[in-house]
Amino acid sequence: MRTAAMGVVALSLVLANCSRPPAPLIPKAPSATPAAIVEVSGGKQLATIGTPLEQPIVVQVNDAHGTPVSGASVWFRAPNGAVMQPAWGITGSDGQFTTSLTIGSIAGRYKVSAATEGASGKSVEVRIDELALGFEENQGKQWSDLYCSRCHDPESSAERVSNFDNLNAKPHAFSDGAFLNKISDEDLLALIQHGGPALNKSAEMPPYGRTLSKSDIGAVLAYIRAVADPPFEPKETVFAQRQ
Amino acid sequence: MANRSRLASIRETLFGDSARAFGTLGILLLLLLAVVPARDQFREWYRYQKGYLRLIGGRGDAVTLKRRFAGGIQQTWIPELGVVDRCSSCHVAMKEATLRDVSTQPFRPHPAIPHSLTAFGCVMCHRGQGVATTVEEAHRSTLAWEEPMIPARYLESSCGQCHMDKLTGTPRLNAGRGLLSRYGCVHCHSVSLPDGTKLAPSDDPPPLTHIADKTTREWIYAWLKNPQAYSGTATMPNFQLNDNDARDISAFLISQSTPSALSGAAPEATATPDAPALQAGASAYGESFCASCHAIQNAAGLLVGGDLGPELTKIGAKAKPGWIRQWVHNPKDYDPGTAMPHYRFDDKQLALIGGFLESKTDSDFLANVHLETATAGQIAHGKQLVNENGCASCHEIKGIRKPDSFAPDLTTVGSRPLAKIVFVAGMEHTLPAYIEGKIKQPRSFGAALKMPQFSLSVSQIDALVTALLAQTGRAFSLPSRLRVAGHPMSNYEPAGTAGRLMHELNCFSCHSINGRGGDMAPDLTFEGSSVQREWLLAFFKNPNTLRPTLIRRMPKFNVTDQESAVLTDYILAVYQTPSVDKDSAWPSPEPADIERGRQLFYSKYACQACHIVDPKKDKGYIGPTLTHVGSRLNAAWIYQWLRAPQSLRHGTIEPDRQMSEADANALTAFLMAQKGQEAKGK
Repeated sequence: MRTAAMGVVALSLVLANCSRPPAPLIPKAPSATPAAIVEVSGGKQLATIGTPLEQPIVVQVNDAHGTPVSGASVWFRAPNGAVMQPAWGITGSDGQFTTSLTIGSIAGRYKVSAATEGASGKSVEVRIDELALGFEENQGKQWSDLYCSRCHDPESSAERVSNFDNLNAKPHAFSDGAFLNKISDEDLLALIQHGGPALNKSAEMPPYGRTLSKSDIGAVLAYIRAVADPPFEPKETVFAQRQ
Repeated sequence: MANRSRLASIRETLFGDSARAFGTLGILLLLLLAVVPARDQFREWYRYQKGYLRLIGGRGDAVTLKRRFAGGIQQTWIPELGVVDRCSSCHVAMKEATLRDVSTQPFRPHPAIPHSLTAFGCVMCHRGQGVATTVEEAHRSTLAWEEPMIPARYLESSCGQCHMDKLTGTPRLNAGRGLLSRYGCVHCHSVSLPDGTKLAPSDDPPPLTHIADKTTREWIYAWLKNPQAYSGTATMPNFQLNDNDARDISAFLISQSTPSALSGAAPEATATPDAPALQAGASAYGESFCASCHAIQNAAGLLVGGDLGPELTKIGAKAKPGWIRQWVHNPKDYDPGTAMPHYRFDDKQLALIGGFLESKTDSDFLANVHLETATAGQIAHGKQLVNENGCASCHEIKGIRKPDSFAPDLTTVGSRPLAKIVFVAGMEHTLPAYIEGKIKQPRSFGAALKMPQFSLSVSQIDALVTALLAQTGRAFSLPSRLRVAGHPMSNYEPAGTAGRLMHELNCFSCHSINGRGGDMAPDLTFEGSSVQREWLLAFFKNPNTLRPTLIRRMPKFNVTDQESAVLTDYILAVYQTPSVDKDSAWPSPEPADIERGRQLFYSKYACQACHIVDPKKDKGYIGPTLTHVGSRLNAAWIYQWLRAPQSLRHGTIEPDRQMSEADANALTAFLMAQKGQEAKGK
């Protein structure tokens, strides 16, 4: 719960601290008038606070017909603490621009925006979300990788074959916010602690209350809340609003 | 004149007689006294505290928050840790969980961590100047202070000051400590953890005493010039030698080499194997599970296989004809300390595998290497270079003594004073930046420096910096009760004939027993309490994996019946846990018990989610296949395992189900009934 709130915190932090105005560029004229900027890759990555994302962020500028525009200037805005390298530049011949992001020291959702100048000087932009895990969420991720993802992650990796297909009741991926956000913290904790039958769900979900400590299970919950997509928004924010 | 008379009159008014003078001085003194508290109004922390009060003023829980707020300088003093922190003078809301939504520093509450903030203070983890009362001095290093705050990127290093063990929450620190061993850093640099444990290298640099048996001088030359050109995964760093130095070192290494005790299949005439033979060789390589430890690049350029042994993509360019066959026949003849097991291959298998590996060559690798016969002067120069570069820190070389502490001790590198560091121009003047630079490009600090160039990824370098930053002086002065010991490798040695066999087969390369060994395969410390004799005997002869999805599997060592019996009896007699009495009489199960066990298996506990009992119906493959479990394990073990799995194998992922005695009994009966139809037929 606390973690999820932190996500929201970081979000508002992002919005509150739209940093750095775009640096003045003296580009050659772009090949066409940009009409849209789209994310090619690099969104929704997980990283520990303070660390660089593993994959670069790649965006592409298109004109009104969807053709890539080369020579268009692109500038990024990232929340305070996050470092983009480079923070602005000019698209290449494929209309793409690549940058790398180092996450700041606060856990939560980092909303990065990439913008370019469209027709009549109006800027068009695209939002890209990245996730920063703090200590607790990171610990939850380690436990999740060891115990949970074997079934909850339908994708197999080179080192681990997913057990997802072998189960009668299909487990929900931890990023499945649409489903998991509706379950309260107390219920999720009970589910992990006492197994599926605690909430009238499948016995194929075993209980972990005696295998993992209470704080470990709390960390797993923090991780589940952190990676939820759509983002998890805690209900009890009575004290969170100014009156 | 007028001014002077006015001054005189003021003076007369204020100090005209002693009573007036006393009154005036008294008032001046009072004014001065008033300035002292007023001065605080201009402090940074005062501004922040005012800001905090404004922030919480409009909130629903303002009353509670205000009651908990204390103004003025706040200090945490923990004498035994040497902590004097005034951070909470500005970071006033660190313990206010209800302020989770606040994003502006310094008012954010501290994220959840396993430690109490008041018991450990702030600088223990974040470093920086705890006693400072200004933002600049507390966070960043200014003239008078040495230690700035540690960037979040390396924050895990602070955990390493007390934790010698592998914490789940600190993957980066764990990885870094692993890399210090894996990349052989600790061959040259000495690194001791705060509890005195010295990090031991876990790479296995080969002895060079018989190198001329294995490879040519040309290969040594090319390898020395750039090890990563031969194999991208090579552990050996690049010493950036010039042509002459590489030529002379290769000359010296060949000259000091003596013939090894290699025996076995004599190298056949260099007949290149035909396509079917190569195919058969590839099959033999696969069936022997060489890929559990060795990687080979496939056609797509991807590495396939483990990293316990060297990559074999270009082994044919390295090994002399016939050498691979001799090596595989018995590696210990060449290198008694090797991690490679002594497979009992017959000549035919040796020829197949040898032929297959010899075909893994790269004609370009040695294409441009032409060396003249070495002169005595070159050999002498080579020897001098070997000494200067500290080659013997890692490799055994005849005539060269292993240098003691060839490179600086890094035990307290995490608190090296900045004043003693020479930075490269353009580098950020911080300790993390210095350590990172040293690992990334050691020679940029001076061409004469000896540290070689490693090929490490960004995350590997980050992990190494994290592990090194944990080596602080403070860590050694902390009270020992705070230290959480790690699990350094034990020096356990099995005894007798079985011990000799286990040494030959190098069981410890993959399995761990009594705290010694690798983690690729199951821990065998209690193996003798779990398995049945017949099963283990047969398993040694023909190891079948119990986990169908595992990529790395136990190889078939071609042991004889007698060797298999020796190993089986030793394991059954010695590797036992006191919590399982495998010979205890187990009542023969009633059909009703078995049926009840079946229902528990499929419904209450849903074991089929991870295990397979009926291959037609069950699909779970996280845990071992249980189709034959009744002829593999004994009942007492299964019962105890069901009751408390972690008590038998620490860290096993089988969840502890808190199973009742009755349920465990019924499930044991059901599982013991799974004897496997095929097994009976054989």
